[in-house]
Amino acid sequence: MAGRAIKTRRLIVAPPPLTPSLKGEGDSEALTPPSPLWGGVRGWGYVIAEADPASGQRRMRNVLNYRELGLALVLIVGVGVIGAYQPVFLEWRNIGDILTETSVLFMMALAQMVVILTRGIDLSVAANLALSGMLAALVSQYYPDTPLVLMILTAILSGLVLGMINGALIAFLGIPPIVMTLGTLAVYRGLIIIIAKGDQVNASEMGVTFQAFPKMALLGLTTPVWIAILVSILFWVFLNLTRAGRGLYAVGGNPVAARYCGIDQSRQELLAYSISGAVAGLCGYLWVARYGVAYSEIANGYELTVIAACVIGGVSIGGGVGTVAGTLLGALFLGIVMTALPVLQITPFWQMAISGAVILAAVVINARAEKRPDKLILPEARRLGRDTRMLRRARA
Amino acid sequence: MNAPISPPPETRYTVLDAPRRGIRDVLMRWEVILVILLAATTVVNTMVSPYFLDVFNLADATFNFSEKAIIALAMALLILVRQIDLSVAAIVALAAMGIGYAAEAGFGPGALFAVGIGIGLACGVFNGLLVTGAGLPAIVVTIGTMSLFRGLTQVVLGDQAKTKYPQEFLDLGQSYFIKMKETGISWLFVPPVPLSFLIFLVLAVLFGIVLHKTATGRKLFAIGSNPIAARFSGIPVDRLTFLLFMVSGILSGLAAALLTARLGSMRSNIAIGWELDIVTMVILGGVSIAGGVGSILGVVLAVFVLGLVTFGMSLNNIPGQVVSVYIGALLIAVIAIPRIVDRLGLRKPAG
Repeated sequence: MAGRAIKTRRLIVAPPPLTPSLKGEGDSEALTPPSPLWGGVRGWGYVIAEADPASGQRRMRNVLNYRELGLALVLIVGVGVIGAYQPVFLEWRNIGDILTETSVLFMMALAQMVVILTRGIDLSVAANLALSGMLAALVSQYYPDTPLVLMILTAILSGLVLGMINGALIAFLGIPPIVMTLGTLAVYRGLIIIIAKGDQVNASEMGVTFQAFPKMALLGLTTPVWIAILVSILFWVFLNLTRAGRGLYAVGGNPVAARYCGIDQSRQELLAYSISGAVAGLCGYLWVARYGVAYSEIANGYELTVIAACVIGGVSIGGGVGTVAGTLLGALFLGIVMTALPVLQITPFWQMAISGAVILAAVVINARAEKRPDKLILPEARRLGRDTRMLRRARA
Repeated sequence: MNAPISPPPETRYTVLDAPRRGIRDVLMRWEVILVILLAATTVVNTMVSPYFLDVFNLADATFNFSEKAIIALAMALLILVRQIDLSVAAIVALAAMGIGYAAEAGFGPGALFAVGIGIGLACGVFNGLLVTGAGLPAIVVTIGTMSLFRGLTQVVLGDQAKTKYPQEFLDLGQSYFIKMKETGISWLFVPPVPLSFLIFLVLAVLFGIVLHKTATGRKLFAIGSNPIAARFSGIPVDRLTFLLFMVSGILSGLAAALLTARLGSMRSNIAIGWELDIVTMVILGGVSIAGGVGSILGVVLAVFVLGLVTFGMSLNNIPGQVVSVYIGALLIAVIAIPRIVDRLGLRKPAG
């Protein structure tokens, strides 16, 4: 009989298609059994990545390392060439400037990576940054006696709350991340106008220490750079050495397998968006204090720069793939492009076109490296089709 | 249908009849929610401002959303098949720049529209090739091309603006295409209609017919529901996806021509941030970001809701960004409320 014949074959049903581009409602589908087409078939199973440490995983890791090495090489060669034209570019002071200029992007890209790892996306980060920065600036304006630590905490906390709002609705109501964060992007930006009554906070209205802190230097590096280094180390430890951090990779890499391993997807998602929010809040303070102005348009469109840094750094928009080192390199790449153009006396109008071309190049390279065994849905399905055809022929 | 030649050897599964539609299912339909929203918006606005229900004011209000709405039609189809095009606003900028140069070279209105549409088409082909030819995720590709297209505009234009356009071209964008005609009866008249709004309405009907009444439309739904099953059913998934990216480019080019004609000038930051407005229109219109669900009627209703909310609030001097708070909250609420209702078990569980 047909049912038995199928049962005796080693029949593998691929999980429902998980498009690499737009994640959201598809994930809950992934947990339901295969389609009614195979409703009567027993013994179905999902194709789960073979975790053979000798081949698959290690090879994967090698590919990743090569990719990061490649990016690092491109950066070194690029900086070398620029330095050959303009030696001033390689001076310590200039390198320090580049790092300071890029420090916010480093942290924002790492936070965005954590969200993308879970197959999500956070478009509201720049709006969150601006709103939290505005809050900190307002505290500094109206309560100038508040200790600096409290002002920074205000920004971080506000960012955390805004991120948790995203996370809670995405994780517990299953709203697609792109929809949710698109909505909160608009809401958070608008709230800036409302809480600041349409006004802006200028440098003269902010406290002195509030503005002095990001300009302080230690061992030749400014505080934002030190904060970025600290945050990067924290992210590395979190993602590589803690259970929750590994869980983020598991949820993004294969939600079904993660579920079977007892990892709570909702909690992981809430965690990811909270981290993203808190980092955006911290960066909000740094941004406002460094540039000495808070208004509703700061960091407008910055969310796309942040995502671009992740993509260049090898983070897969399909989830589950990305490293701290790669993301930092991706952010550094954009930071160098932005600072190198004026040095080379190229009009800064080139900056956007260059980052666009780099994003496209990066995504082509990433797509080649990403062909992992568990992502090959079509070949499995093709095998399935072959099985069915053989079955039909046998029956005829 | 003919009787089967032989009965199937064995029933492997049973297909149940679709459950009967209850009143709740009808009321929970997205379009019904949108109609209620639209009615509420109209009533509130009419009560708040006496200028709202003026036919000329309403006609002028359509200027502000028609160009975006035209692109939203293409975006709806793309999102329906699980793709997205975030580069539309950048295509508008690039096409508008091409129009600007063509206008300086002395082209007429028809040629300017052709230039805009041509550039849009080229950009759409580029996106489509990267997504379907190279098999890359659309969201990343179009973030990249968004930077690339707008970047190219910035490189070429710098901080310059293009302001020389032939008068006939500007007339197309700035005056009513159909003039107001009174018939003598106070409630019966031909309303003034701007060209962009007219094009939007015609295209909406066209898209509605293609999506809901033709085999191609069914194929798009099939791709959105399950691209792999669609491919195995013999649907040319890649070709149709490619076609949609082309359509998205063409409509962006068309919108660029209409926008340039209306504004009479362009800079490299023209139409900046439109991509998010357009995606908002589509999602509010009930097109599921997970693919396979949506209707053109829903998108058209959402366009009207957003347009009237924006218009009504601007009549009351509410700044644009506060309007965006309302729109963002509306977007989240409209998506969240049905899910909360589901959670509370007020709706019959499906299946």
